[in-house]
Amino acid sequence: MVKIRSSEITPEHVFLSRREFLKSTGLLASGSLLLAACGGVSVPASSTTEDEMQPEASGAVDELGDSANSYVDITNFNNFYEFTTDKTAVVDLVGNFRTSPWQVEVGGLVHNPKVYDIDDLLGFVQEERVYRLRCVEGWSMVIPWNGFPLARLLEDVEPMADAKYVRFETLYDPDQMPGQKSPWYVWPYVEGLRLDEAMHKLTLMATGLYGKTLPAQNGAPIRLVVPWKYGFKSIKSIVKIDLVSEQPTSLWMAAAPNEYGFYANVNPEVPHPRWSQATERRIGELGRRQTLLFNGYADEVAPLYPDMSPSLFF
Amino acid sequence: MTRLRRKGIQFATHVGALTPMGLLLFDWYQNDLTANPIQAVTLRTGKTALVLLTITLAITPLNTLFGFKQLISMRKWLGLYTACYVAVHFFIFIGLDYGFDFGLLKDALLEKRFALVGLAAGLLLLPLAITSTRGWQRRLGKNWKRLHRFIYLGAFLATVHYTWLVKSDIRVPLIYMAIVVLLLILRIPQVRTLASRFQQIVSKRMAHFRVRRDGQRRTSVLESSD
Repeated sequence: MVKIRSSEITPEHVFLSRREFLKSTGLLASGSLLLAACGGVSVPASSTTEDEMQPEASGAVDELGDSANSYVDITNFNNFYEFTTDKTAVVDLVGNFRTSPWQVEVGGLVHNPKVYDIDDLLGFVQEERVYRLRCVEGWSMVIPWNGFPLARLLEDVEPMADAKYVRFETLYDPDQMPGQKSPWYVWPYVEGLRLDEAMHKLTLMATGLYGKTLPAQNGAPIRLVVPWKYGFKSIKSIVKIDLVSEQPTSLWMAAAPNEYGFYANVNPEVPHPRWSQATERRIGELGRRQTLLFNGYADEVAPLYPDMSPSLFF
Repeated sequence: MTRLRRKGIQFATHVGALTPMGLLLFDWYQNDLTANPIQAVTLRTGKTALVLLTITLAITPLNTLFGFKQLISMRKWLGLYTACYVAVHFFIFIGLDYGFDFGLLKDALLEKRFALVGLAAGLLLLPLAITSTRGWQRRLGKNWKRLHRFIYLGAFLATVHYTWLVKSDIRVPLIYMAIVVLLLILRIPQVRTLASRFQQIVSKRMAHFRVRRDGQRRTSVLESSD
């Protein structure tokens, strides 16, 4: 079989949204968005169906030249406490998780509050971003995400002048997410970003990986990806986004305030009481790697933090 | 019968203690150790060591409370198996995980209290494993028993190591700690006296019950043969 680079494969959501396009040709606005979504993405010559596709052999590399982790590793080793704290068991518990219908309510200090259907969000121009993900537990992966910059969504709702932070919330549904029955954590999962962090060009709303629809264990149908912060900041299965004036308290800040701060920027100089932050294990490798400041995205994001006080890394 | 039972207990001990290692090697062979195999083997060997240590510590109180004398002979084996898993756990951490990079390991020890207390627990158990032989028992005399009391501190530190290691939800480690603390309380002389009194009452009752049951059986046998 001829190897197909993942960048050459039409993402499933684009492929599905094309049908949507045919249905809604009358709507000029959404039509032009979808056309843009199709632009630059070639239709694969192979007749391989979605299910037969083996996305492991993607050849995707990050900008430092490191290969993406396999689809199997990315989808079988997940921190998703809404299901279970066992990283290898999440995949077994997500079978019945409903990601459609799905709505994301965007409100708070905005001029144009809106409830988006997941299909509306898939209508934003989708792109592939190969990012490193650094878990606070000392392991990392390279993941080829598909999605769109969060800035697009925020521009759409027009933040007010006094909006300083963005607060995100995960679905709360203990029937579907058994981990939420644990009284140990304050559900639902909440995360937050400063507005300028949220508007940064690297900050992504991911809807897929390896050109496929985002699997439930990776945060379907839509999640945040902030590659220069520890993984727990990249909240999954989002249902609510609010623009607020005060710094939000995340689930982890509430659970262990001495260990997890609001910023949680990757920094090898700030130790953690349990895991090495100076080094990390890239999944699939035997040795340890040096952890990079801002997870290797310092050139892009250091200007966000002119005052490099340690609290920004905590 | 008692010989058979002793053999059974011996067999169960060796099989039980070796099974986790067998499963680990099997999963390794099957390439089934998760996407992060080094973490998986570290956690699995550590957990097995803690379970075996707790069982080792439980044997004396189980004998005091319920008179399980046959178990006493297995205590040494369980202790040695514990030490083996601790050693494997330790070498996985410093060798496989940290690649014997002593600079990194030094930082890890200084920054991470769980690592420091884990090392302390391991170092406390090491001399106990070395002096487990009859020869050392003879050579050390009275001091042998004193030395081996270090298992109490070692076991407690092992549960502290586990508690400090987990992320946020410390309920399971606290259960281990509670069990270990209970097993230590049962060793306090006054508690122990109470416990052995309890055991005497229980065994007397049991003997009484056995006599009555056997007596009844005998009469019923007589009746049926009538």
